[in-house]
Amino acid sequence: VNRQAQAVIMLLFGGAILKAGFTDLYLRYVKEGLRPFLLAAGFLLVAGAVMTLWYEFRRPAGRDEHAHHEPRVGWLLILPVLGLLLVAPPALGAYAAGQAGSVLAAQSSESDYPALPPGDPVPVTLLDYASRAVFDDGRSLTGRTIRLTGFLTPGADGRPVLARMILSCCAADGRPIKVGLDGDDIGAGSDGNTWVQVDGVYSERRGVDTINQAAVPYLTVTAWQEITPPKQQYE
Amino acid sequence: VTRVSAPVDQGRRIGSVEILAVVLVLLVVLRNPLAGLISAPALQTWTTVFVSVLVQAVPFLVFGVVLSAVIAVYVPRSFWARALPRHPALAVPAASVAGVVLPGCECGSVPIAGSLIRRGVTPAAALAFLLAAPAVNPIVLVATAVAFPDNPEMVLARGVASLIVAMIMGWMWLRLGRAEWIRLPHRPDLDDMSRGRAFWAAARHDIMHAGGFLVLGAAAAATINVLVPEAWLQTLAGNPVLSVLALAVLAVLLSICSEADAFVAASLSQFSLTSRLVFLVVGPMVDLKLISMQTGVFGRRFAARFSPATFVVAVVIGVAVGSVLL
Repeated sequence: VNRQAQAVIMLLFGGAILKAGFTDLYLRYVKEGLRPFLLAAGFLLVAGAVMTLWYEFRRPAGRDEHAHHEPRVGWLLILPVLGLLLVAPPALGAYAAGQAGSVLAAQSSESDYPALPPGDPVPVTLLDYASRAVFDDGRSLTGRTIRLTGFLTPGADGRPVLARMILSCCAADGRPIKVGLDGDDIGAGSDGNTWVQVDGVYSERRGVDTINQAAVPYLTVTAWQEITPPKQQYE
Repeated sequence: VTRVSAPVDQGRRIGSVEILAVVLVLLVVLRNPLAGLISAPALQTWTTVFVSVLVQAVPFLVFGVVLSAVIAVYVPRSFWARALPRHPALAVPAASVAGVVLPGCECGSVPIAGSLIRRGVTPAAALAFLLAAPAVNPIVLVATAVAFPDNPEMVLARGVASLIVAMIMGWMWLRLGRAEWIRLPHRPDLDDMSRGRAFWAAARHDIMHAGGFLVLGAAAAATINVLVPEAWLQTLAGNPVLSVLALAVLAVLLSICSEADAFVAASLSQFSLTSRLVFLVVGPMVDLKLISMQTGVFGRRFAARFSPATFVVAVVIGVAVGSVLL
């Protein structure tokens, strides 16, 4: 790869990163907090490309040193450009959730759980619901109508469970949190990756994730509907 | 000689840009068939993980490369002679501790270590820095504390074990290492350029080089991520020896960034604390993307010796520290 081609690759790479950072695309792959760093890195890459071209065109003729030593492996940087600009793969969903065990086992068992905020139904994250249900025996959940949002993925018994992926850094470490659903045919005929919003009440039923033996709490569903996937698909 | 080779170079240059243009046009034209090809769920997950490893690593790579270009161009050689203890055996712990204060990711520290060696820092110290910087820094230690709320001793064990491994590897390099194993890639000669020009030339070279190897490593990590179902692992958790080895190998294969690996370790709750400590010590020092980048930056002969040695030392020290502290 000579220097002009390198500059073009850097420009594309930086441009792809900037595009991902300026749109919501980056939310499919990394945490929200990384955005300023992504934008800064994108600008630096573009600046590097521009400066390379600038020096290249100002270079006196005949001073072409060591063009053949330029790293050939740099061509591979086309792949992430392709991935971000042309393919833009979706956020992790039902397939990844089915491959990994529920993260609930990682939670601390000594925390205090404050009362839920007001609201009827009250929106709660899956992780919060599962922790309160399993580690606090649902004390702070009883008597309330809970609203959970997530996608459906096949559970151990073949019936769909509600899941959400949790990122700690990027999608490579994405792990699912799973909540079982009691009630009539939720997500019947779902082909996976169906996003639903369910309202329901605390259930004392417990399941077990067969992958890592983590506890899977249940929700007794009173109402549910399909929704379009939210902007931030991770929890 | 320059005159003779100039027309040849001219031809190569146009060729390179033209190939790039043709590739890009083909990709845009073939976009829909390509997207169709990767619509199977496993392949789609692969693509998501591959892209996300790269997106996550890019800021660290770029900042690391910029810092290494600053070291290469703006920090005079004499600075390192004054900043580090003169005796190499003392420079190793000093460099390890310097790694602790610099928050960074493994992708950034590889080009920085390469730059340090170019500027005359003794390789043993640069390598100790390379291992310590991503493994023990404030961000990583806080993440570990958050991930293991019931086991604060995990933070101490991780910090102590990683520092010991970094120093042992530095000292081992002093005794056993050979300078000719390290083959830094040819970088444009920076000495006869203006400083601005040298800075951008160094940065461009390192981005293309380390970035290319990062792509290779990310692809490997994504493949493992999709191919190894967690259910297999869990069957190994009961055996104390197998569980340590399984998590050590997993740390190498998964190539998770060191800021995040504590959360993954915490979720592997079937495994003993010691085996999870080994996961945390090995991961930031040896993994697929690091091996790929080290091969690129230091050469194949170096990576073929350094990575396995680090792996063994990290496992042994991890188990030893784990049995004392956990």
